[in-house]
Amino acid sequence: MILIISSQNADINSPVDPRFGRSQFFIKYDTNTNHWEAIKNSSVNQRGGAGIAAAQIAVNHKAEVVISGDFGPNAFNALKAAGITMMTFLQDTSTVQDTIDHYKQGKLNPFE
Amino acid sequence: MKNSKALCIAVASGKGGTGKTTVATSLALSLTPQENVLFLDCDVEAPNGHLFLRPRIEAEKKAVILIPRIDVEKCLTCGKCVEVCQFHALAEIGKSIMIFPQLCHGCGSCAWHCPSKAIKEIKNPIGVLEAGLALKGIRFAHGILTISEPMATPIIRQLKKWQKTETGSVIIQDAPPGASCSVVETLRGADFALLVSEPTPFGLHDLKQVLDILKEMNIPGGVIINRDGIGDFQVDQFLKQNHIPIMMRIPYSTEIASAVAAGKTLLDVSSNYGLEFKTLFSQIKKRVMENETC
Ligand code: SF4
Ligand code: SF4
Repeated sequence: MILIISSQNADINSPVDPRFGRSQFFIKYDTNTNHWEAIKNSSVNQRGGAGIAAAQIAVNHKAEVVISGDFGPNAFNALKAAGITMMTFLQDTSTVQDTIDHYKQGKLNPFE
Repeated sequence: MKNSKALCIAVASGKGGTGKTTVATSLALSLTPQENVLFLDCDVEAPNGHLFLRPRIEAEKKAVILIPRIDVEKCLTCGKCVEVCQFHALAEIGKSIMIFPQLCHGCGSCAWHCPSKAIKEIKNPIGVLEAGLALKGIRFAHGILTISEPMATPIIRQLKKWQKTETGSVIIQDAPPGASCSVVETLRGADFALLVSEPTPFGLHDLKQVLDILKEMNIPGGVIINRDGIGDFQVDQFLKQNHIPIMMRIPYSTEIASAVAAGKTLLDVSSNYGLEFKTLFSQIKKRVMENETC
């Protein structure tokens, strides 16, 4: 399963970023291999459409689950159309690693 | 005056509520009937010039932009359109292209770059343009944005193109507040920018942003200090250091505030303003001519 989590820094121990489209980085995590990589959000400073651009990143990286604090309507529609599951962090103060653990423990709620 | 034969003065301010519209409408009223004035309210998200100039709307035109429609039969899902859309109005999801019309600025890039001519452009209404004669024979036009997404730039562009400008006429453009793209669009092609600011630290911060835009666009400008007497001297000092002229000062007064609230202009408060604005106008003309010869 490929997860994408919005993150403040390019590191798995970084705090999560609550804003999906405006997140500085995305951490891509493969639950089968436990391998992770950081993806820079190149659209973070764009005025409009950052949510769609971020959704496009998730689609291009073949994410199956995207975890963030909130999703705007455009990002929501794009991710939904792509069949990607959206989930929210337990707390905005968690790290990316905590969030992955929470996901594995089935503690996260779907965003609808 | 550059290419066209009319003198175009844009009235702008870094922030809202500085009295920009009061200045723009007072200027327009003081120049008639000697000058042939066209007033364009470019603050399409919250137009209010009509409250002061009271035009009788006689002409109306829909403002539209062209947004893409994709022919799925012809689409190769190559992703080229998504890549070229700088507004992120398109996304490639699985085997299809999703369009987000609220984000589309109608720039036409996607259709232009599509290798298989799969993109047809269809009209999407974004607002309406209205025009008519206002007080003292001022020709008036404004645009009203009717969609929720901020799509002000295209409608301002259409508004500026809509009304004929006659030789020797004066165009006064009331810009939206702020320092966004829509302000840049209003300023584009202007011969002079009149900036209205309050003498407060906030006023200064916002004024600096607009002054930066002017510099970049190479448009000469001057400042009107409104509500003079409140705040401090930071704006004065800054303008002096940067050799930007203060062209007029409007004192803080409750009389002016209540006149504006009642839809009146400065000319209703005191006839002296008529003369002041005429003097201001000749200074502007002089500055524009100097700017063109050098
Ligand atoms: S550029 Fe044309 S062919 Fe390519 S994905 Fe877009 S619409 Fe389809
Ligand atoms: S017309 Fe321009 S803004 Fe609209 S979808 Fe095409 S490229 Fe994007």
